Amino acid sequence: MKKAFFFMALCMIVSVFLTSCSGDKGSTIRIGVIAELTGDMPAVGESCKKAAEMAAQELNDAGGLDIDGKKYKVELFIEDNAGKADQSASATQKLITQKKVHAIVGPNATRYAIPASEIAESSKVVLISPWSTNPKTTLDAKTSAPKKYVFRACFIDPFQGRVVAKFAMESLKAKKAAVLYDVASDYNKGIAEFFKETFEKSGGNVVAFETYTTNDKDFSGQLTKIRKASPDIIFLPNYYSEIPLQIQQAKRLGIEVPIVGSDSWGSQELLKLCGKDCEGCYFSTHYAADAATPVAAKFIEVFKAKYKVMPDDVAALTYDSFGLLWQAIKGANRIDRQAIRDALAGIPRYEGVTGNMQFKEGSGDPIKSAVILRIKDGKFVYFVSANP
Amino acid sequence: MSYILQQLINAFQLGSIYALIALGYTMVYGILTMINFAHGDLFMVGAFLCFVAAVFLKLSFVPVMLISMFGVALLGVLIERLAYKPLRQAPRVSAIITALGVGLFLENFTLALNPYPKQIPQLMSNTTWTILGLSISSLQVFIIVLSLLLMLILDLIVRKTMVGIAMRAISWDKATVPLMGVPMNLIISATFAIGASLGGAAGVMYGLAYPVIDPYMGIMIGWKAFISAVVGGIGNIRGAMIGGYILGMVEILVVAFFPSTYRDFVAFALLLVLLIFRPYGILGKPHPQKV
Repeated sequence: MKKAFFFMALCMIVSVFLTSCSGDKGSTIRIGVIAELTGDMPAVGESCKKAAEMAAQELNDAGGLDIDGKKYKVELFIEDNAGKADQSASATQKLITQKKVHAIVGPNATRYAIPASEIAESSKVVLISPWSTNPKTTLDAKTSAPKKYVFRACFIDPFQGRVVAKFAMESLKAKKAAVLYDVASDYNKGIAEFFKETFEKSGGNVVAFETYTTNDKDFSGQLTKIRKASPDIIFLPNYYSEIPLQIQQAKRLGIEVPIVGSDSWGSQELLKLCGKDCEGCYFSTHYAADAATPVAAKFIEVFKAKYKVMPDDVAALTYDSFGLLWQAIKGANRIDRQAIRDALAGIPRYEGVTGNMQFKEGSGDPIKSAVILRIKDGKFVYFVSANP
Repeated sequence: MSYILQQLINAFQLGSIYALIALGYTMVYGILTMINFAHGDLFMVGAFLCFVAAVFLKLSFVPVMLISMFGVALLGVLIERLAYKPLRQAPRVSAIITALGVGLFLENFTLALNPYPKQIPQLMSNTTWTILGLSISSLQVFIIVLSLLLMLILDLIVRKTMVGIAMRAISWDKATVPLMGVPMNLIISATFAIGASLGGAAGVMYGLAYPVIDPYMGIMIGWKAFISAVVGGIGNIRGAMIGGYILGMVEILVVAFFPSTYRDFVAFALLLVLLIFRPYGILGKPHPQKV
């Protein structure tokens, strides 16, 4: 008797769960977001989260996405990866198995995007990284073939390294370059090597190629070595929280050459942390807020009205990732993980905030242009663009 | 030549900070034979107190320094009372695990308050002098001088004052000394307060030298300072100072003469070799166990 009662109770609980889940699943599009909300680059995660919420709200305010004559609203599941690779992987796992998301946007930094992408690929769920520029994110580690379910909204580092190297040689007339980068981080290491390769191939000379590891704060040894090599420029492809220390220590040692960076600089936090020390530096990035296309201008206006800050590149790229997703879901005309991936892979061209994107056949990497910004009077100012 | 001299100046600055933090480890170990792994995070709290005092209270250097030292000292005593004292009779490993836990708590508490890296404002004018191709900043000189001064004061306290004598007595024999009327709890609190306040001072100086601070900054520095203390001979105050300078020197000189990728590898390999030949550190002595 007792057993039968227990069994019935169990059945009831299970059935309640099942119906609530399946009822929920049918009426909304479930999108997971993985962002670096805490850890060493919280500004990146914050921008990503803001842009994701804005994209979702815009869609829901418009009534939802029209699929097969029915309107579907979107529901976001935002996870913090705490700036850790293992937590990125577990957040991806959680979103896929527990939250049953249809697609994932994020993580942003390469060292978190790679572990997350491995899980998404093996679970056959679309993952779009807005900001990860390292080629390995979308390539299979074993076969080096493109992953089928991993996409990104940004250009990749071989292109960015080339852009910066060409800029240093042509616009800054540099013959000798020094590089200081974080050897423990995939992104920094990758772009430093691509830069070196292009710079040397074009006839330049990399006179110092120095490294440190994540969380180091003292770079005086390396910078003294760089000073001894007397380069024409210094390339610092490092994250925004480390750049101020590197530039200040360089200045303290009396190094006066131009300093060039990469898209990891593009956070407004850099200006806060760096103060006057970053004046006159250059870096390559995804879009220039002050030289915006009509699509970008509209995005900037809405974002500024909503959050009272200028959107940075992460925000713009996250917004574009969502734009790509909406277009894919519309194209698929049903909400199904596999259908979304097939439709996304088939998007020929997408006009986003960060410019036009075109995916090569069978690749998750868009072809798009880069811009070089200069820091002037405490602001990022458009300097020059570079096309692929 | 000027290149090597410049690197030596860099090494002195880094070594001074390592030495100052290493003192906290060595003092607590000397008295309780316990490694306070939360010390690196106390140093982080010192840097954050410096930020709060300088940005929100808009104070100048001296009060900022005092607030940080005092605040961290208070926190050190509080941690000892709440987390370590109940475990004083427990196996030593329990106290070490608790210390790791306290460290994690401090990191995540700071993180929960605000995860953004912070910039410490310039609290003093920082001019760079160029002499014979050497760049020396006034801040560098100041950090080296102030660290040495603090270490000198500590050395005097331990050798000349009643508290210092009591500390050395307790480290000699924890069972008998309280029977002589030495207030053991008070002396242990004083040890924690002094050790922590040095950590706080190091936090302020580090914040001035490397003005971007974040909740995780204490981890790596904490480990390096711990290694300095071990190399110098843990439990020995002068040993900790020497260890700090050795570690700073080795790290910078490895960068100067090898590819910088080898820095941590070569630095720590050298220290391991050193410990093989002097397992109790440079100034340490083996502690005979009574059976």
